Amino acid sequence: MATIHPKLSDELSQTVVSSTKSVKIKIKRSNPNVNSEQKFDDFVVPIEKWTTVLDVLLDVKSHLDHSVGVRYSCRQASCGSCGMKINGKPGLACFTKISELDSDTVTVEPMDNYPVVRDLAVNMDRMINNHKKVMPYVIREDSEIDAESGIREFLQSPENVDKYIQFSSCIKCGLCNSACPTMAMDKSFVGPQALAQAYRYIADDRDKGKNKRLKIIDESHGIWRCHFAGSCSQVCPKGVDPAMGIQLLRGYLLGIRD
Amino acid sequence: MERETGAREGLKGWLHPGKIGKFGIERLAWLLMRLTGLGLLAYFIGHIYETSHILDGKAVWDKSLEMTQTTEGHLFLALVIGMCVFHTGNGIRLMIAQMGYGIGKAERPDYPYKPQSINMKGKACIYATLGMAALAMWYGMAVMFA
Amino acid sequence: MMVLRESIIMKIHYGTAIGALFLTVIHIMMRLTQDFHESLAYENVIANYESVGYALLLELLLILISVHGFNGLRVILFEMNQGPTYEKVVTVGCLAGMAALIGYGSRTIIMTSMGMT
Repeated sequence: MATIHPKLSDELSQTVVSSTKSVKIKIKRSNPNVNSEQKFDDFVVPIEKWTTVLDVLLDVKSHLDHSVGVRYSCRQASCGSCGMKINGKPGLACFTKISELDSDTVTVEPMDNYPVVRDLAVNMDRMINNHKKVMPYVIREDSEIDAESGIREFLQSPENVDKYIQFSSCIKCGLCNSACPTMAMDKSFVGPQALAQAYRYIADDRDKGKNKRLKIIDESHGIWRCHFAGSCSQVCPKGVDPAMGIQLLRGYLLGIRD
Repeated sequence: MERETGAREGLKGWLHPGKIGKFGIERLAWLLMRLTGLGLLAYFIGHIYETSHILDGKAVWDKSLEMTQTTEGHLFLALVIGMCVFHTGNGIRLMIAQMGYGIGKAERPDYPYKPQSINMKGKACIYATLGMAALAMWYGMAVMFA
Repeated sequence: MMVLRESIIMKIHYGTAIGALFLTVIHIMMRLTQDFHESLAYENVIANYESVGYALLLELLLILISVHGFNGLRVILFEMNQGPTYEKVVTVGCLAGMAALIGYGSRTIIMTSMGMT
């Protein structure tokens, strides 16, 4: 049953409210460590045209209900902490303005395909483990530390940087894995985040780990379980376009890309 | 690869109509691709069984054909034609995309970060495939009901 | 259970799709070269089977679609559930289904083309 809370609680009503607009936010609440109960709590919060979903959640936490569980950090779409389902679609709370949702009611839920820690915070171990599996670092036998000349650089042309720079914008927010239909059913699928990162390093001409990575992703729950639904790219807040990375990556395994 | 457990959306993530609204025509194409694939496999098994009646003589063959010589049978075959055309057309689109064509070129992303792989060419192909499937169904019905 | 690398299996999946597409077009065109209902008449179908070229086309089509179809089913089933035993059962089940269908269809093609009706 949804609980409607007052606009501002009596004890913390000293906040100056200049806005004439407000939004009703429905927050999905659950704590699997305590019980399996899930419910929506409703709060009415004043907004300005620049107010983000995260601003609203922090307003709720500050003035209406301190117990709302939400993970956040940078507030500027750089840390990837505040991923959640906003009106049914995965998005970053700090990067989604209430005004662009075009709705008087905003529903926020934890991201799909991740175990819930509490309320809107999810456990991202699965994504991080898959990210690590594709060896997200430059692999080569020689080192930047040279015995004779000290530190040297692995030079790279701007054209070669352009081949992977898009995919290096990933902030590990996990929205792509949340939107992916394969992730909805396949608990062993490596996921669009990790696959896009595999491409990012394989496309980097300083890297020599292509064969190792291709072997890791060329298995029954690897790259071939992507069927290009494109949902991952639609929700990426940084323009990484994981679907493109995955299709380009497939080219190596199909033998049409060196 | 290590087996991992975790919360998953389940079949709702595949079949919920709201997903198509949120994620667009590409998600519908993804769903139809597997539904038509399963439908065509079921039809193919039935077709192999049905055609095996040729071994049992003319009377049995004619009787087995009667099943599809009804209005319902013709509508069923029209659906098979539609599934076949969609699965083929969309399959060609996917193969081309999966070889890296028509999905844009990797470059420095700029705000508002429109994904290049989800583009009008791909959407047009999906709509064209749906249109061709409808057209093929209509033609198939015209032939069967003639 | 991993007999072939997934990339090899998927190359086969794509190859069978392209092959099946061309052969299906010919198969359907054969129905449309004459009146649809007439083309399905017992004598006409027997004549089709007794043509060696067409019988070979049907056999090839049977193999291509069976391989493609059952591999597609395997992919969907792999995505629906996971686990070593489950995946082994799915792989063996799909291979068995594929073999059974090819066997059953081949029996029809061979016997009919040899006039054993």
